[in-house]
Amino acid sequence: MANKSLASRKQTVIAIFLATGIIFLGRLFYLQIIDDSYELSANNNVLRYVTQYPARGLIYDRNGKLLVYNEAVYDLMVLPRQVKDIDTLEFCRLLEITPEGFVQRMKKARDYSRFKPSLFEKQISKETYGYLEEKMYRFPGFFVQPRTLRKYPEPMGAHLLGYVGEVNQSIIDKDPYYKSGDYIGISGIEKSYEEDLRGKKGIKIRMVDVHNREVGSFQNGLYDTLAVMGKDLYLTIDAELQQYGELLMQGKMGSVVAIEPSSGEILAFLSSPTYDPNLLVGRVRGKNFSELSKDPVKPLLNRAMMGQYPPGSTFKMVNDLVGMQEGVLNTHTHYTCQGPGSSPIRCTHHHQSPLDVYVAIQQSCNPFHWQVYRSILNNPRRKNVKENYTAWRNHIMSMGFGHKLGTDMQFELSGNIPSAEKFDAIYGKGRWNAMTVRSLSIGQGEILVTPLQLANSAAVMANRGYYIVPHVVKSMGTDKHGENKFSKVTSTIDPAYFEIAVEGMRQVATMGTAKWYQIEDITMCGKTGTAENPHGEDHSLFMAFAPADNPVIAIAVIVENSGFGSTWALPVASLMIEKYIKREVARKDIEERMINGKLY
Amino acid sequence: MVRERNNVFNNIDWTLVIIYLVLVLMGWLNIYAAVYNEDHKSIFDLSQSYGKQMLWIITSLFIGLVILLTDARFFSTFAYLIYGITILSLIAVLLVGSEVSGSKSWFEIGGFRLQPAEFAKFATNLAIARFFSGQHINVKDFKTRIIPLILLGIPGLLILLQNDTGSALVYSSFILVLYRMGMSGNLLLAGALVVLIALSTLMVGHIYVSGLLVIMAGLLFAFMKRNRRNIINLLALLALGIGFTFSVEYVVENFLEEHQKTRINVLLGKELDLKGAGYNVNQSKIAIGSGGFLGKGYLNGTQTKYNFVPEQSTDFIFCTVGEEWGFVGSLVIIVLFLYFLTRIVNLAERQRSDFSRIYGYGVAAILFFHFMINIGMTIGLVPVIGIPLPFFSYGGSSLWAFTILLFIFIKQDANRNALL
Repeated sequence: MANKSLASRKQTVIAIFLATGIIFLGRLFYLQIIDDSYELSANNNVLRYVTQYPARGLIYDRNGKLLVYNEAVYDLMVLPRQVKDIDTLEFCRLLEITPEGFVQRMKKARDYSRFKPSLFEKQISKETYGYLEEKMYRFPGFFVQPRTLRKYPEPMGAHLLGYVGEVNQSIIDKDPYYKSGDYIGISGIEKSYEEDLRGKKGIKIRMVDVHNREVGSFQNGLYDTLAVMGKDLYLTIDAELQQYGELLMQGKMGSVVAIEPSSGEILAFLSSPTYDPNLLVGRVRGKNFSELSKDPVKPLLNRAMMGQYPPGSTFKMVNDLVGMQEGVLNTHTHYTCQGPGSSPIRCTHHHQSPLDVYVAIQQSCNPFHWQVYRSILNNPRRKNVKENYTAWRNHIMSMGFGHKLGTDMQFELSGNIPSAEKFDAIYGKGRWNAMTVRSLSIGQGEILVTPLQLANSAAVMANRGYYIVPHVVKSMGTDKHGENKFSKVTSTIDPAYFEIAVEGMRQVATMGTAKWYQIEDITMCGKTGTAENPHGEDHSLFMAFAPADNPVIAIAVIVENSGFGSTWALPVASLMIEKYIKREVARKDIEERMINGKLY
Repeated sequence: MVRERNNVFNNIDWTLVIIYLVLVLMGWLNIYAAVYNEDHKSIFDLSQSYGKQMLWIITSLFIGLVILLTDARFFSTFAYLIYGITILSLIAVLLVGSEVSGSKSWFEIGGFRLQPAEFAKFATNLAIARFFSGQHINVKDFKTRIIPLILLGIPGLLILLQNDTGSALVYSSFILVLYRMGMSGNLLLAGALVVLIALSTLMVGHIYVSGLLVIMAGLLFAFMKRNRRNIINLLALLALGIGFTFSVEYVVENFLEEHQKTRINVLLGKELDLKGAGYNVNQSKIAIGSGGFLGKGYLNGTQTKYNFVPEQSTDFIFCTVGEEWGFVGSLVIIVLFLYFLTRIVNLAERQRSDFSRIYGYGVAAILFFHFMINIGMTIGLVPVIGIPLPFFSYGGSSLWAFTILLFIFIKQDANRNALL
C-alpha cells in the first residue's frame, strides 16, 4: 500500500516539470511576442549606419576661374584590438611621430574602446598616405578614412569665401543634420551657402559583429543611399580684380567693395589686412586661428561689411539729393562760403562764393552743405524739426544706408543713421535742432556706413536712383541663369535730381579733388571723403562709378587712418576701375606707389 | 515468465530513442547556425565546432549501441565500482587537470578534452539506485537517510572544488528521487520555501522578510488549536526562519565572489550591469526576443551568428533556437523536452526492479535540472550558471555523458520483464 501511495508521487514530479515548462513558455511569449524592444536592440547590435560624406561644392569666380576646391586627406584610424606585432619604430618614422607619441595615442584609443575605431592621426597628407599605403599590410589594426579639405589655388578672398570648420556641440544640438566631426561653413560664403555647398550625406547600412567587424551589407544595400555632392557656386566676383585690389591694399587697413550697378553683382569684396585662406584649413587651423585672432591689426575682421565708418564728404551729394527732393535746393540755389572762417562749420578749400550745388560737390564745400541741411530740417512744409529730420532720414535710408542691405553674405552690419527718437533721447524732446545735429550734414557725427553700403550708394548714383541688392553668388550648380532673386530697391528721390548730383561727381573727377587721378578715355564720377576719426588719424574714403554715362562699376574704398581721401582711397579706386574696364593698368607709377605704401 | 532476451531491439522504447535523435540533430543544426560563417560553409568541416559535434554524435550513437548490447545487470552489479572510479577521476582532475575558463575540471589527452564531472552524474545516479534497491532499505532509518547524502555530497563537493558551481548544483536535483523514495513531501515544500525566503531576503533585506515571517507565524497561531507543543514548534520554526534570513545575507556578503553577487543582483533586478554580469543575459534576451513569433529563419539570426551572445553554441544554444525559429520553435523544443521527461518518469514507474525505477527517476531529475537552469538562464529567470542543455549544447563530454545516462535507462527498461 505504501508503495502505491509513493507511486502517486509521480504526479507531483510531472506537475513540477509542466509548471516549469508553462513558466518558460509564458516568459518566451512575453519576450518574443509582446515586448518589441528586443527587436530594436537586436538591430542596434548589428546594424551600423556608415555616413557617406559628399564632397563640398566648388567655388568659381564670374569668369569660371576655380577659387575653392577639395583636396583629399586621410585620417589614420586605429582599432586597438587588432594591433599586434607591428614594427613601432618603422611606423613612427613613416608618420613622423615619436615613440612616446605612439604610446600616448594608443593609450588614448584603447581608453576609448578596444573594439571601436578611433582617430590616431588627423589629416595625414597625400604623400604620407602614399608611403603608408604600400606598407599598410604590415600594420594590422590601422586603416585610413578619406576626408576632404578645402583648398585655395590662389590665396585670395579670405573674408569673402570664409572658412569651414568642425561643428561644435551647440550646432549639433540645434540641427540634427550634423554629427560630431562633421564640417560646416563658419563664415563668408561657406556659411551663407552652407546648405547648397554641403550636398547630401548618404548612408550605407553595414552589418557588424560583436567586435564591430563588418560582416556584410544590410539586405544587399537596399536601404543604402548615395551621397550627393554639394552644388558648385559661380560667384559674381572678378578674381583678377579681387586679387589686384588685395595687392593694392597690402600694408593698409581698410576695404574695397566694387559692384556692377546694373545687376548688384559684387565684383570685388576685400578687407585688409587679409590672410591666406589656406591657413585656416586642416591640422594647422587651430594654431593659425589663434595667432590671427591675437594679431592687433585684426586680419580676421571683415571690414567690408563689419567695419563702420563715418562717410565724411562722400555723404554730401546724398544730402543734396534730399534737399532737392524736399524742394529746398535747386540748381539756382546759391549759398555763401567764407572758407576757413565759416561758421558753424569751416570750409577746408578755397573756391568761389556764393556757390551752387555743382561747385559745392566738386569742391566739397562744408558751409554749403550745412546750409542745405539746415533748410531741410527747418522746412516750413512740415510741423517741426523732428518731422523734417525723419523725412530726411527716410530718404537717406531709401538709398541703402542705416539698414542691412540683405546681401547673401552673413554678418552684415547695418551702419547707423540715427532716428529722431534717438536724438530725443540724447537731447530731450524738442530740445534739438539743425544746429545741434549739424555734423550730419557733412557725414560726421553719429552717422556710420559700411564700405558695402558706400559702394552700394555709388551704384545708386550710377543707376540714378535705384540699386539691386548687392550679392556675391551669380548662379549655382548646373543652373547658370536662374538668377533674379535679388530685388531692386528704388530710392524716394526723383531720378532727375540724380543727374544733378552725378554732374557734381563728374566735376569732382575732372576739375575737383580727383582730377589728378583721371583715367584715360574713361570718365569717372566720384567723391572723396576724409572722415574724422575720434580714435586716431582721419580715414581716407572714396566712392565712384565709371564710365559716367554707361556705368559698369561702382566702387568704394576706405583706407583707415591715412588722411585725405584723395591721397590713398582715390588712387586705389581709380586703379581698380582702370583694371576692371581696361584689364590693364597704364599708370604704373601710381600703381607702384599704392602697392608699396605701408600704413601700419 | 517469458524470457525476451532474443532481440534487445524489440524491447527498447523507441519513442525515447527517436526524441533523443531529434534533439541531438536539432542541436547539431543549431550549433551550425550559431557559429555559421561564410568561409566554412560545410556542416561537415571538422575544423569547426559543428564538424566536431558531428564526430561526437557519431561516437555517442556507437556508445549507445554498446550499452544496449551490454547485459543490463552489468550496471547494477558494477554501480559502486563505476562510482568509485568516477570519484577517483574527480580527485585526479583536481591534481593534474587543466584549467579552462576558471574551472579546473578537464583532463587533457592530446588535443582531446574530457570533463569527468559530466560522467559523475550517471555514476552517482547508478550508486544511488543501487543503494536504494538494496533489501535492507528503510526510509525511517538514519543510515538510509545519511548514506544517499554522502553519495551525493562527495561528487558535489569535489566538483565545487573544481570551481564548477553549476555542475555541483546538479546533485541537488536528486531531491526529486529522494521524494519519490519516500522522503517527506514537506521537505520538498521546505526546500521551495527556503529558496523563496532566500530570494526575497536578497531582494528586500532580512528585516522585512523576518517581519513577514513573524506575521505569518502569528496568523498560523491564531488559526491553530491551542496546543502547547505546536506553539513551541512554531516558535522554533520562526527562529529558524529568521536565523536563515540573517545567514543568507551573511553568506552572500562574505562567501560569494563579487561576480556571483552581481549575477544575483542583476537577476533580481537590483542592478543593471549591461556591460558586465548582465551582458550575457541581456544579449541572450535580445537574441531570443528579436525572434518574434516565427523567427528570422534558419541561418538568418544575427545576434548569435555575429557573436553578440557569448557561449552561443554551448550554454546559450537556446538563443539560436529563439532567434531563428521564434516562439514556435522554442515551443517545439520545450514541449519535446517536457514530453521526454514525462515519458522517462512514466517508464520509470512501470519498472519492476527498484534499481531501474530509481535510476530512471535520477535520469529525469538530472535532465530536468539542466533543462530548467539552462533555458531559465537564457530567458533571464535563473542566475547565469554555466551548464549545458542536454543533447543540444556543443561538447563531447556532455553529449557522451548524457547519452550514457539515457541509454543505461533505455537498456534497463528494455530488460524490465527479465527475471529479477
